[in-house]
Amino acid sequence: MSKIITIDPVTRIEGHSKITIHLDEQGEVEEALFHVTQLRGFEKFAEGRPFHEMPSLMARICGICPVSHLVASAKACDMLMSVRIPPTAVKLRRIINLAQIAQSHALSFFYLSSPDLLLGMDSDPVKRNIVGVARENPELARSGVQLRALGQEIIEILGGKKIHPGWVVPGGVSHALTAENRDHILKKLPEAIEIAERTIVWFSSQLQKFTEEIAVFANFPGLFMSLVGNNGELETYDGRLRLADDQGKVVADIPAEEYKSIVDEAINPHSYLKSPYYKPQGYPAGLYRVGPLARLHLAQTCGTPKADLAMTEFKKLDHKSAFHYHLARLIEILYAFEMIEQLLRDSEILDSHVRAHAAANAHEGFGISEAPRGTLMHHYKIDDNGLIIYADLVIATGHNSLAMNKGITQAAKHYIKNHKLTEGILNRIEAVIRTFDPCLSCSTHAVGQMALDIQLIDAGGTVLDRVVR
Amino acid sequence: MRVVTLKINGQEMSGRDDEDILHVAREHDIEIPTLCQLDGISEWGGCRLCLVEIEGSAKLSAACVTKVSEGMVVNTESERLAGYRKTIVEMLFTEGNHVCSVCVSNNNCELQDMSSDLKIDHISLPYRYPLRTVDASHDLFIFDANRCILCTRCVRVCDEAEGAHTWDIAGRGIQSQLVSDLHQPWGESTSCTSCGKCVEACPTGAIFEKGKAAGEMVKDAKFLVYLAEMKAEKS
Repeated sequence: MSKIITIDPVTRIEGHSKITIHLDEQGEVEEALFHVTQLRGFEKFAEGRPFHEMPSLMARICGICPVSHLVASAKACDMLMSVRIPPTAVKLRRIINLAQIAQSHALSFFYLSSPDLLLGMDSDPVKRNIVGVARENPELARSGVQLRALGQEIIEILGGKKIHPGWVVPGGVSHALTAENRDHILKKLPEAIEIAERTIVWFSSQLQKFTEEIAVFANFPGLFMSLVGNNGELETYDGRLRLADDQGKVVADIPAEEYKSIVDEAINPHSYLKSPYYKPQGYPAGLYRVGPLARLHLAQTCGTPKADLAMTEFKKLDHKSAFHYHLARLIEILYAFEMIEQLLRDSEILDSHVRAHAAANAHEGFGISEAPRGTLMHHYKIDDNGLIIYADLVIATGHNSLAMNKGITQAAKHYIKNHKLTEGILNRIEAVIRTFDPCLSCSTHAVGQMALDIQLIDAGGTVLDRVVR
Repeated sequence: MRVVTLKINGQEMSGRDDEDILHVAREHDIEIPTLCQLDGISEWGGCRLCLVEIEGSAKLSAACVTKVSEGMVVNTESERLAGYRKTIVEMLFTEGNHVCSVCVSNNNCELQDMSSDLKIDHISLPYRYPLRTVDASHDLFIFDANRCILCTRCVRVCDEAEGAHTWDIAGRGIQSQLVSDLHQPWGESTSCTSCGKCVEACPTGAIFEKGKAAGEMVKDAKFLVYLAEMKAEKS
């Protein structure tokens, strides 16, 4: 008789979700599904709003990555205004976007995933959290706090506040950077760069402990998608949209605003998260992955010296495994702080011309940028008066929906044997999801214990096995 | 005109008998909350936030439209008044759709300041979530009915300071709404001179300049006093 195992909620991720594992008549895992159980509705209630309000409104989608939405939304609005924004504004937007990526990656790696990586997947769940990490390896925990704090501080210095800043506006940014603020950030960067380098060395040395996880954590052939710079370098703000397979064979390389020609979205009854797929290969075969792993897989170089050194080693790894999202995240933290330093040393960075003003000059706009979790797409249509009549958002986490489902199915099939559940096994299945660092909302993050009740129930409703924490 | 003596909050003071309680109190550094009142245009007495207690009268009086008189004893602060004022502001929030965090007037809004001054940290009444529209048909300005509190400052400033009378209130009670000309899109108004006085007079983010992002709309209606004085001198 068929059975379903439910993990609800999935812990140490951003947002509310659950996993169900479906067993067949023989008790073998048939498939596992990742259910996003929350609905936000931003596409609908943006309708009727003046487009100039969109960046701040869209930033409210998420308290972890508000800057990513600010940037993508402002870019879509630039297109509605049909303006080329001042070069300094582009550089300043790049800086705040990189700071966002760095702080979010630090949150994912150190706060959410390092408990599994340092203490072990089977360790006591009571201690398997950032507090446990701080006890076991205070320096590692401190590193996470410091990296995240600096990313947040840069956002605050530029945007006025750490969460939901409003500084990125249609046409550029609302005010210029001062020399004092530039110098303040510059002073703090060397330490962050050193911490990121040190953590990369440490984590690289740990990879051998995770051979089994690397082999079964969403490790399958398939496509990767990200923005790529004009010279093949890592790109987080602009550039072309590229899709390539795990061997690096490019299947699409198009102007980013033409993404709808190759990406379509499927709707699954089990989740509020839509499942985008690569159109030419159809659904669900057109599965692709986005985010730090995809970006580093597709980019030839980072474009900053220290990150490029780490990239050389990263290129030797098996990119098919989602486990390597973790290392990719650390390399991107290093890249982000190095690139922020480069941009801050630019001779034009203090220029006071940082905003172009215009009314609506086009009826449709696309804004595509790289958020911490992958390619973020905002698409708006407006009426003659500049009011939004249509908004479509393809969120980075959505792109990974198909890969996450396939990934947890793979891990569940590998780990669940003989109807027996252990907390460690279920934690591994959750950990597959954590490698993707899905951001399901701007929900808060409980430090420590979250309620988790996993039941193995047969078709007649009898509880066969149960794990509670 | 003659000078009268009165007491406000126990403080002896004098004022002209053609002055209202609000202005005499403010001249003596006694602050009474208001939203519909604006120096430089006529008093309306619509928001009811300036209600005060007058000894010998069982009912409350709006300080902005009640003239001072000899021997008057006024109280501007009491538990009862604080309760009424809080409820009035809570009702303003529930009657429209006010989302401060993404509003163009965030941190520059009289309604927001008022709720802060009155220490309103939550709304105890059910929200009405009315379906209201945004009129962005004007080339320079936008009217967002979601944020309108019907204070009529725009109506009065347009009529009295600009002389255009583009704005008016249509409907009654909960159906009341601000309309331009004979309820047609603002951009099609033939009376509007695009002077922008209504933008500066509006206490919230209901009327604002096109192109402003969240928190960017800063208003200043101090020029109205100057305009009123200049007009008075010429007449």
